[in-house]
Amino acid sequence: MSILYDERVDGVLPKVDKSALLAELREQLPDMDVLHTQEDLKPYECDGLSAYTTTPMLVVLPERIEQVERLLKLCYQRNVPVVARGAGTGLSGGALPLEQGILLVMARFKHIIEVNPEGRYARVQPGVRNLAISQAAAPYDLYYAPDPSSQIACSIGGNVAENAGGVHCLKYGLTVHNLLKVEILTVEGERMTLGSDALDSPGFDLLALFTGSEGMLGIITEVTVKLLPKPQVAKVLLASFDSVEKAGRAVGEIIAAGIIPGGLEMMDNLAIRAAEDFIHAGYPVDAEAILLCELDGVEADVHDECDRVKVVLIQAGATEVRLARDEAERVKFWAGRKNAFPAVGRLSPDYYCMDGTIPRRELPGVLKGISDLSEEFGLRVANVFHAGDGNMHPLILFDANQPGELDRAETLGGKILELCVKVGGSITGEHGVGREKINQMCSQFNSDELILFHAVKAAFDPSGLLNPGKNIPTLHRCAEFGSMHVHHGKLPFPELERF
Amino acid sequence: MVVRHDADASAALLEQVNHALNSSAALRIQGGNSKAFLGRKVEGDVLDTRAHRGIVSYDPTELVITARAGTPLAELAAVLDEAGQMLTCEPAQFDGAATLGGMVASGLSGPRRPWSGAVRDLVLGTRLITGMGKHLRFGGEVMKNVAGYDLSRLLAGSFGCLGVITEVSLKVLPKPRQCLSLRLEMDAALALQKLAEWGQQPIPLSAASHDGKALHLRLEGGEGSVAAARERLGGELLESAYWAGLREQRLSFFADPRPLWRLSVPSHTGVLALPGEQLIDWGGAQRWLKSDADAVLIRQAVAAVDGHATCFTAGHCDNPFHPLAAPLLRYHRQLKTQLDPQGIFNPGRMYAEV
Ligand SMILES: Cc1cc2nc3c(=O)[nH]c(=O)nc-3n(C[C@H](O)[C@H](O)[C@H](O)COP(=O)(O)OP(=O)(O)OC[C@H]3O[C@@H](n4cnc5c(N)ncnc54)[C@H](O)[C@@H]3O)c2cc1C
Ligand SMILES: Cc1cc2nc3c(=O)[nH]c(=O)nc-3n(C[C@H](O)[C@H](O)[C@H](O)COP(=O)(O)OP(=O)(O)OC[C@H]3O[C@@H](n4cnc5c(N)ncnc54)[C@H](O)[C@@H]3O)c2cc1C
Repeated sequence: MSILYDERVDGVLPKVDKSALLAELREQLPDMDVLHTQEDLKPYECDGLSAYTTTPMLVVLPERIEQVERLLKLCYQRNVPVVARGAGTGLSGGALPLEQGILLVMARFKHIIEVNPEGRYARVQPGVRNLAISQAAAPYDLYYAPDPSSQIACSIGGNVAENAGGVHCLKYGLTVHNLLKVEILTVEGERMTLGSDALDSPGFDLLALFTGSEGMLGIITEVTVKLLPKPQVAKVLLASFDSVEKAGRAVGEIIAAGIIPGGLEMMDNLAIRAAEDFIHAGYPVDAEAILLCELDGVEADVHDECDRVKVVLIQAGATEVRLARDEAERVKFWAGRKNAFPAVGRLSPDYYCMDGTIPRRELPGVLKGISDLSEEFGLRVANVFHAGDGNMHPLILFDANQPGELDRAETLGGKILELCVKVGGSITGEHGVGREKINQMCSQFNSDELILFHAVKAAFDPSGLLNPGKNIPTLHRCAEFGSMHVHHGKLPFPELERF
Repeated sequence: MVVRHDADASAALLEQVNHALNSSAALRIQGGNSKAFLGRKVEGDVLDTRAHRGIVSYDPTELVITARAGTPLAELAAVLDEAGQMLTCEPAQFDGAATLGGMVASGLSGPRRPWSGAVRDLVLGTRLITGMGKHLRFGGEVMKNVAGYDLSRLLAGSFGCLGVITEVSLKVLPKPRQCLSLRLEMDAALALQKLAEWGQQPIPLSAASHDGKALHLRLEGGEGSVAAARERLGGELLESAYWAGLREQRLSFFADPRPLWRLSVPSHTGVLALPGEQLIDWGGAQRWLKSDADAVLIRQAVAAVDGHATCFTAGHCDNPFHPLAAPLLRYHRQLKTQLDPQGIFNPGRMYAEV
């Protein structure tokens, strides 16, 4: 079932007259860049989920917040859908445009407004790149902790909208744990502050609610993030295993020993070989799995913990444990992991990245399930895994030019996500639902839960103009998806009429 | 061994909510009622969560515990303690009365807050009885989950105004290997200056409070880092009981008969000139104030530094929670109307309109 917006199941969109809208924008916002020709619109037809494209009606590129405010007021009056876009690196089609809507690109808001070392925060515009914040804080020996692998490109606004994570989440948290405040514009173009420079603010925790809300509740116009002192030292251990199960068990043992590593990542053989081929990180290509365990903090503790973790790893059956000799080797070990996606991309014309999470103890069973599915569908799957916090990234290899392979890859991906839900996990740990996992939402949530989500949306955007069709499926979509997708022997949403 | 009384009373809670919905009668949700003093008075039938208690699942290597809302925090703490783990938000237990649901609904965290996060930061999943009379599940037992809106974290600090929390999954962490407390004689201004400076350095602080006379610090981490920091910071050793006294509000400061205010401010804010006595917690980000001063005056002073003030003394103030800006209040009302259309859950507890 296609994930492109389908008015029949996703809801009827307002009809917008493109030339009238364009004329009005030019009149009301004469100094804002507006793209409208087929050629200019083309680069914006997808985000990081490039298998799906839709040409937006118009693309706007504001440079001042007043322009965004004005634009939103106009769109609200004229009933025009608005899809926000940051850097467009999202992997779930969250910034996939609509033919009948405006794509609001926030990427030109690149100003770092303030870095405050005493208060340990940075106040930035939403288009600032994730890595640029840490770079601006570096002179004070401070940094911004969440580090998605896309950090050289993705925007902080997009990070907030997706609640992005990274390889250091287990110890330092996700985006939501590292925010103080966001400024937003509501669908009506009204300014609102969520959170504050203090550690909490009065009323409901709307900052938490907005984090990860995928541009559905408001437009983020400014972000204040917490900064942390840089750890004195960071050391990385690379452990090899002759089975994925043993590697999985080792993760639990490290935590049972009372140690929370800064990063704890796992890769399976296919991913190891791909990364080694691409980056020459020095990975053992004959290992069935490797664990990368980073310990960071104050020097004396890190030495001590390295020794403890080494013992745990060997007891858990590691065939080899290597400590990165120096900073250069540490960076190399990480480069292999951080480039795992493009590395796997070299093995195959296309790949499809999944993002399910599971309780860690379920890892052996789920990996077995994935390998069975891989065989059943005749598609290779490489596994890269934020092992510390149970976030899997199975990468499905396929060739979109072979008829039917994209479909097969998607069906396989959907099955993997359902497996994650079945063992008590989630369909997405950090990439978001967007359009990509809209159908799988019907497996994770029942109709009453979806109704409550729609109620939240209605509180902030009753007319449904912000990013229509993303994140939360309509009950009709679920009914239809469910009817082609019977599981546990019964139809989900039996109460809804089929059509 | 910890004695545990487990009972699933969710069916009865759901029935009581549905009954209230049918008769449009307000409910006053109550756990241990240790926080009855905090917030506005609610008229309504009591919904007592305490029969719904017990730990549903706990696997220390997963770093997650799931328990029913009526579980006493003391029981939860004891079970975690046996496995060498803890709730990092360090909630007050109030003689064993406080419940898990109450902790999450009031969202208040103890001295470790600035370093290890607030209650909401630990919430991974909740079960909730809604204003539509349904018992639903949001989030789960996994560390990362961005499917749908983050309703679980929204419930933290919602004071029961959005529904009845019946079950919570929380992230837990191993206890630190080493813990040591220090007392450094200095005035509040210097203490705040020092804290702003140390905050930029990798010092293993896990609590910092100034009681008007001296700065109290707690160091937590490995043996090496704690010893090095102790060497560097100097001062004299302090009994760790200070922190429990602070957390449970038993320090002599709290015995002052004047009204108690909680001021939440940016941590690097200097000494706040307000009538009365102050006690600094959270490394400067939370200031307790005992004062007869007028609420408006207190709020103006705190708002001027981008902070807010909550009155912690029952009946002293008509609006104990800091007033919301107009657009925020409007969206609070809209959210309340959407999630609790009949307005049966703790109406007016936080704000008259919500
Ligand atoms: C190679 C690669 C590796 C990646 N690794 C990770 C990883 O390790 N961890 C991780 O979490 N993600 C990862 N991602 C995914 C992606 O980078 C993140 O989701 C990122 O947060 C998206 O930011 P963006 O600026 O590109 O947002 P976009 O893709 O432009 O938008 C994402 C969503 O945010 C909304 N949005 C954007 N800006 C705003 C705004 N100002 N106001 C309101 N809504 C807005 C959009 O509507 C959309 O729903 C990876 C992506 C790639 C390509
Ligand atoms: C004197 C005093 C000082 C305090 N100071 C601190 C402090 O400094 N730091 C700190 O961390 N804590 C503090 N607390 C907070 C208190 O210890 C915790 O918040 C406690 O967990 C409240 O639990 P309870 O079961 O007693 O809640 P109650 O008092 O019964 O309820 C508190 C609020 O939560 C709602 N509620 C309770 N259960 C549920 C539920 N299941 N679903 C939905 N809503 C629910 C109630 O309606 C009420 O609005 C203080 C409490 C007291 C009495």
